[in-house]
Formats: sequence, structure tokens, C-alpha cells
Amino acid sequence: MRRLPRVRPELLGLAVIGGIVVLGVPTVTNQFVTFEFAKVAIFAIALMGLNLLTGYSGQISLGNGAFMAVGGYTTAILVQRTGIPYWTTIPVAALVAGGFGFVIGIPALRLTGVYLALATFALALSVPPVLNHYDTFTGGHGGIVMPAVLPPFSLDLSQEQWLYYMDSGIALLLFVFAWGVVRSRTGRAFMAIRDSETAATASGISLAYYKTLAFGLSAAYAGVAGSLLAIATSYLNPDTFGLSLSLALLVGVVIGGLGLDFGAVFGSLFVVWLPYYAEKASGLHIGALSFAGKPDIFYGALLIVILFFAPNGAAGLLQRAWRWYLHRRTAVRSPLPEPVAER
Amino acid sequence: MLAFIQQIVSGIATGGIYASLALGLVLIYRAMDVANFAQGEMATFSTFISYSLIEYAHFDFWSAFVVTILVSFGLGVAIERLLIRRFEGAPVLTLLIVTLGLFTIFNGVTGLIWGYVFKAYRGAFPSTPVQFGGLYLNTQDLGVFAVVLVMLLLLYLFFSRTKAGLAMRAASLYPDSSRLLGVRVGWMLALGWGLASTVGAVSGMLVAPIIFLDPNMMQAILLFAFAAAVLGGIESPLGAVIGGVAVGIVMALVGTYIPGGQDLRLAFGLVVIVVVLLVRPAGLFGRAAVKRV
Repeated sequence: MRRLPRVRPELLGLAVIGGIVVLGVPTVTNQFVTFEFAKVAIFAIALMGLNLLTGYSGQISLGNGAFMAVGGYTTAILVQRTGIPYWTTIPVAALVAGGFGFVIGIPALRLTGVYLALATFALALSVPPVLNHYDTFTGGHGGIVMPAVLPPFSLDLSQEQWLYYMDSGIALLLFVFAWGVVRSRTGRAFMAIRDSETAATASGISLAYYKTLAFGLSAAYAGVAGSLLAIATSYLNPDTFGLSLSLALLVGVVIGGLGLDFGAVFGSLFVVWLPYYAEKASGLHIGALSFAGKPDIFYGALLIVILFFAPNGAAGLLQRAWRWYLHRRTAVRSPLPEPVAER
Repeated sequence: MLAFIQQIVSGIATGGIYASLALGLVLIYRAMDVANFAQGEMATFSTFISYSLIEYAHFDFWSAFVVTILVSFGLGVAIERLLIRRFEGAPVLTLLIVTLGLFTIFNGVTGLIWGYVFKAYRGAFPSTPVQFGGLYLNTQDLGVFAVVLVMLLLLYLFFSRTKAGLAMRAASLYPDSSRLLGVRVGWMLALGWGLASTVGAVSGMLVAPIIFLDPNMMQAILLFAFAAAVLGGIESPLGAVIGGVAVGIVMALVGTYIPGGQDLRLAFGLVVIVVVLLVRPAGLFGRAAVKRV
């Protein structure tokens, strides 16, 4: 019989507090904040996908905004054309976006590093014009309006609260799934490819299979995020999915922590709330120049600063703090060798 | 038939602009194996500087051109010395993300200073059509192409005939041996960034009179320049120019003969990049990469 792994009481406590905070947020905040936190859950999903691809498999992608577009438009078109309930379109969006990602992953097999970045950059740039062009399907510049989402079973929740709980629930499920993937044979293959493609091939790992799989998985996550974004805002148009979205995703995953489980959560908090605070910083002036509504500069500067000082992002910092705490605790009682780093 | 040739001619003209930005990309790639995503935004920033010089300081175009080139060179050197150098030896992924950070910073700063309203930019060459055997050529296009050719020639002379050019080539191929022979490798990298920034600034000042000036103007052009660089073989300056012209022709034809081609041009840029990398990863003039493990 396998013994359950022992969980440290501190971690259990943190998990309980975290759970209470997640459940309690919409009861103590206003509608706007609740909605923003629903978006945090949505972006966390997209970032988990990008983390699987870039953080664990080492394949840079500037094109995950394009996969979000595929998911979002799948949902919007299905709801608008067929009138089926919105929630049934979420798995469809995951499948369609995942398939699209799988197809993109095939040429990506031959591309590494710089070239992959170039190709996915081109993908991110070319999505909005293509969506605009096929306007019989996508509604062109005007976009698609969907009916607003109401809480089911006549639950006593506001629309924002329902969106928050639904999105957080899905994010939690997908987090657990990604957690499992990373710790499975597949996840080890991803990391082997990231660390050395040559060594991975020599150990019998099929680059073709695992790289396309990473792209497919990542795109499926992005597809779910795109679908949920469309449902939450009940409107979408091509400009939602431009280059800046793909860049924001990359920034988020780097700042959160590449290749660390909780990186996606921290990254999405950052991606959703930074523009809000950048907007608030309208009091910040240099001469006649106002920084209001220009999160880009902060994005860029933070990106570089974080890469320089904390290459593993926010999650990496917390992990270091946690190890330091463990070390302190154990050092007091019995001098043990320093815990071996995971990687 | 004449209309077809006309499209090819105007494609060659736009190709000159893609070629000049692609040249900048190739310079940085040769120096440090990184695609500089900020190349286009740096060029836009430089172009806005020349715009301010012309509009507010009442410079004439060519003196603004020279001042802007000097400023851009200094900017490129400063970026390498102050920022990129700190990431020496970092993985390619990290360096790519740093250039993406620069991309957003430059885009944001340009928008912060000059705003997002489209501005008309008076260039060096008047836009008057010249008839030439049934074909219409534009003096502006001819001027653009002449400038690009002069730039290519100067770069060629620099790399093949000067000591600094030789040192730069040595530093990028064999950094350790070069250092032992007394080449200051770090400064050669900075020189590479300076040159790339200069070349980019020239392409910005050439393109701005044709399209309007705004902070996002170079993004589409950057994509085509990437396509051009990849097509020419990302290490070859001559390849970048020929690739640029080829991409220019393809885009002109796509815009004219494929219904809705104007909207789909960016997607065709993507197709060019992917197809070239799949069929001939080293491009037309590049060397096939051989890796020792």
C-alpha cells in the first residue's frame, strides 16, 4: 500500500487560507473587482497553457493570443449561430483550439529558438486582419455580441459572482490537470526536451510527438481561456486578440515564474491588475507627459528587471522564501543537509 | 501584362524598405544569434526624432537625417552597453524576452511623447510619377531604392575593407580567440547594435513618407523584414536585400491578384516565413547550420 505523502502543516494552513480567500472574494468586493478577479482566473488558464509550452517544454510562443482567438470565436460563433447553451461550447473551444495548436506544432517541430519566436510572432500579428477579412463568419470589425450569462438554477448570485465562481472552478480543475501532466511521464519528457533536445532524443523521447503535444495542450488551455473570456465579456472583436495580448501572456508567464506551478496564478494577477493600476497612475507626470493608460512601458521595464533580478519570477521568489523558512526550521532542531533543489 | 510588371516594379520599391530593416536584423543576428524584436520600434522612435527635428527645430530633411543617424547609433550602443551586456551568456529565450521588453518600452515611450495620432512626414524625395516605357515609376521609390543600395555598399565596404569590420566579423565567429588577439569583443557587439539601430532608423525615415507616421507603423514592416531575413538566410546581408525585394514583390502581387489580399498580407508574411524554414531552413544565401554535440 502506498503511503500518502506527508503534507507540512504550514502548507495545509496556507491552502485553507487560500481557499477561504478565493471563495470569499466576491462576497466582500464590488462587482467591478469581482469581474476583474474572474478575468484573473481566465488569464491564469491561458498562462498555465503557455507555461506548459514555454516554461516546461522550452518552446517560446508569441502566438498564444491567436489560440485564444480560436477558442473565443468558436464559442461566440456557436452560441450566435446555433443558440446552444454557452457552457457546452467550452470543451468544443478547447478541442478546436487544441487541434489548431497541434497543426501549428507540426511546422514548429523544425523551428527552434529564434525561428520559432519569429513564426509565432507572425502568427500573433496576422490573426486580427484574417479575422477582419472573413467577416461573414466573424462579424469583422463589428465583432460578435452574445447574450449575457445568467447564474443557473436560480442561484442567488450576481452575474459577476457567477462568472467568478465558474471561471475559478474551471481554472482549479485545469491547474490540477497541469500539475498532474508535469509530474507524469509526459511532463518529464517536456522538461528533458527543454533542457537538451539532443539528450532527450538519445534517451528515446520522440521530439515530434512531445513537441506537437505540448503545442496542442497549450493551445487547448488558451482555447478554454478565450472561450471563457468571450462568455465573460459577452462580446469579442478581432482587436481583442492582437499582438499586445500575446505579449501580455508572455510577460505574465515570465513575471509569474517560468516552469513553476504557481507562476500562472501570480502572472495572471499581474496581467489583469497592472493595466488598472497603470490607469490609476494618471497622477504620474514627467513634464507634460502623462503615464495614464500606458501599461506597456511598465510591462517592458518590469519584464527586464524581473529577468535580471529574479529569473524565476514571483513563484521563484516565494519558493526561495519557503526553502529558507524550511531551512531555518530544520536547522534549529537538527542540522540537516540542505534540501536538494528540484531542478 | 503591363499591369503585372507595374506591380512587380512597385513591389521592388517597397521591398527596398523591408530590405533595409532586414539588414538591421541580420547585423544583430550575426553579432549575437538573437533576433531583435525591438528593431522596428527603435526605428520608429528614431523616425519620430527626425520628425521633431524637422517640424519643431526647422532642420531640413538631410541634416535631420544625419543627426538622427548619429543619435540612433548612440542609442544602439547604449542599449547594448547598459542592458544587453548584463545578459551575456543567458539562454536565447531570455535574450528574446529582453528584446520584447525593449519592444514594448520603445512603443510605449514613443506613444507617450508623440501620441497616437497619425502624422504626415515630409520625406527627402518628392512623390512625382515618372513615365518610363509605359511603366510608371515614382521618384520616391527610386530614391528609397538608391538609399538602400548605397547603405548596402557602405556596409559591404565596412565589413570587408576596414579593420573594425574585420574585428566585428572575427568577434562574432570566434569570440574567445578574438579576445586573445586583442579584439574588444564587448565593444564589437555594441558596434553591431549601433549599426543595426542606424540602419533601422534609415528604413524608418524612408518608409514614413509613404505610410503615415505613428508608433505602430513598423510592426507589419518588421514581420516582412523577418520574412525577408529568413528568406535570404538570416546571416547574409546581401541575402536580406534580395529577400526584401522578393518579399516586396510577393506582397504587391498578393495585394493585387488575391481577393481581399490587402487584409491577408500579414498572413502571407507568416506563410513565407514558415514555408522557407520548412523547405530551406538556411535561406537562399545562408550556410546550413551544423551543430556539434
